[in-house]
Amino acid sequence: MPTIIFTQPDGTATEVELAESTNVMRAAVTRGVPGIVGECGGQAMCATCHVYVDPADAAQLPAIADDEEEMLDCTTAPRSEFSRLGCQISVGAGQSLHVSIPSDQV
Amino acid sequence: MERIIIIGAGHAGVQLADSLREQQFAGAIDLIDDEGTLPYQRPPLSKDLVSCDAVLPLRAPEFYVRQAITVHSMTAVAVDTAARTVTLSNGKLLDYTKLVFATGARNRDLPCPGAELDAVYPLRTLADAKAVREKLKNAQRAVVIGAGFIGMEFAAVAAAQGIGVSVLSTGPRPLNRALSSTTADWLAAEHRAHGVDVHNEEGVARIENVAGALQVHSTRGRILDADLVLYGIGVLPNTELAAGAGLRIQDGIVVDATLQTSHAGVYALGDCANYPSTTGRCRLESVQNATDQARTLARTLTDMPTEYGQVPWFWSTQNKIKVQIAGLGAPQDTQLVLGEPSTGKFSLALLREGLLVAVESVNRPADHQAARKLLASGMPITAEMLECNTLKELLTLAPAR
Repeated sequence: MPTIIFTQPDGTATEVELAESTNVMRAAVTRGVPGIVGECGGQAMCATCHVYVDPADAAQLPAIADDEEEMLDCTTAPRSEFSRLGCQISVGAGQSLHVSIPSDQV
Repeated sequence: MERIIIIGAGHAGVQLADSLREQQFAGAIDLIDDEGTLPYQRPPLSKDLVSCDAVLPLRAPEFYVRQAITVHSMTAVAVDTAARTVTLSNGKLLDYTKLVFATGARNRDLPCPGAELDAVYPLRTLADAKAVREKLKNAQRAVVIGAGFIGMEFAAVAAAQGIGVSVLSTGPRPLNRALSSTTADWLAAEHRAHGVDVHNEEGVARIENVAGALQVHSTRGRILDADLVLYGIGVLPNTELAAGAGLRIQDGIVVDATLQTSHAGVYALGDCANYPSTTGRCRLESVQNATDQARTLARTLTDMPTEYGQVPWFWSTQNKIKVQIAGLGAPQDTQLVLGEPSTGKFSLALLREGLLVAVESVNRPADHQAARKLLASGMPITAEMLECNTLKELLTLAPAR
C-alpha cells in the first residue's frame, strides 16, 4: 500500500498507509494527523493543506498546475521550492512519500 | 469544572471544539450532533456529487477521543438559561457553564404544490447528495429551481454528465444575489455554453406527476419535463431552540461583536448568528464565517475577549471555473473589471463611495488572496489605484497587519 510519512515541526513523525490515489490532505485529515486543515474540502481554494515534500520524493509528483501555483504563493508559512498543496498530490501503488508539515496553516 | 456545550456539529461547532483545546481550555466540551454521522465537509457535496462516496470528515474519529470532546448523536430539545441546562432528545439533562449555538441553517422548503413528490430534492446533507446522485444515474432531464450557488453548482455537475438541465431563476440572471451583474452574466454565458437552459424572471408554479414523470409548470406557463427536480431557494437559520430559551432573534440569533447573545454566557456563531460587521448587521452562510468565528470565540471563551472582524470570503466551483469572493459587495456598488474576461481569467472590483469593498475573482486565485489581505489591511483603495496597479502590487503598499 502507498505510504505517507508526515513530519511535524517538532520532529515527530507519523506513518499513514492509504488507498492508492488518496491525496495527502485527505490522508492526514481522515487519520487525524495534526497540522493539515483542508478547510475548503480539497478544492485548492484555501491553501491550508500546505506541505513541504522531501526533495528526494519531489520528482515522483505531477507538475504544479496553474491554480495550485497561484495558491502556493499565498500560504501562511513561507513557500519553498518543495511546497505543495496536500489536496493536489497523491501517492501511487508501492510508493512512499515524505512530507513535512509547516508551523502554520491559517 | 467548566463545561462548554456546543449545539451543532457542522464546520462552526467542530472548529470551536478544536480551537478551545488549542487555546488550552481544560474543562469539558460536549458537542451535540443531530445528524448522527461523523461531522463532515459539506461544500464538496454540490460541487462534486461523486465525493459522497468518500465523504471527507471534518476531523478523524480519534480526534474527538484525543481531545476529550464528548459527541452526543442526538438533538437538543430545550435550553434553560436560568438553570443552565440543555435537554437532549433522550431526556438526558446536561449542565453547562457556557453555551454555544452552532445550529446552522436548514433549506427553505419549496412552497408550491408538488413539492412533496418523489424525485424533488433539496441538496444540503450527505443523505440528500446520495439520493440525488442515485437518481441522476437514470435521469435524462433535470430541472433546477433557484439559481443560487447550490442550484448552479448542481446544474454544472448534471450538464457535465450529459443530462439536459433547465434552470428557473426568479431574478434577472442566475447568481444575482451572490455576485455582481458582470460576473454573474459571464458565468451564465458559460453555463449556456455547456448546454444549461436558463430561464430568468421565472419561478415554479407547481410540479405534477404525469404517468410517473415530473412536469414542472413555471410561473410563465412553461412546462418542463423532468426525471428529477432539485431546488435551492435559500436557507432559514435554525433559531427555534434559541427563541424558546428567550434569546433575541432577528434574522438569526442576535449576537454582539464578541458573538455573545442577549444572554450572558450564551453565544452563537456561523450560519445561525446575526452579527455586527463593519458595514452593518449580517448573517453569512459560509465555511470561512463559521471557522473564523469559531477561532475568535475560542479566545473569548478562554478569557481573552475578542471581537470578530475577519474579511468574509466565499468560493464556488462551476464547470471547473473557480469563483472566489473577498468582502461583501452590494448591487449598487461600482463595478471595475480587472483583466480580460474573454481569457477566462479576471477579477471584478466593487467600489462604494469611491473605495474598494469587495473583489470577485474568476480563475484568479492569486487576485483573491491579495484582495483578502488588502481588504483586511484597511488601506483605502481607489479606482485609480486599481487601474494603475495589480492587486498584488497594491499589497506591497499596504501596512502590515
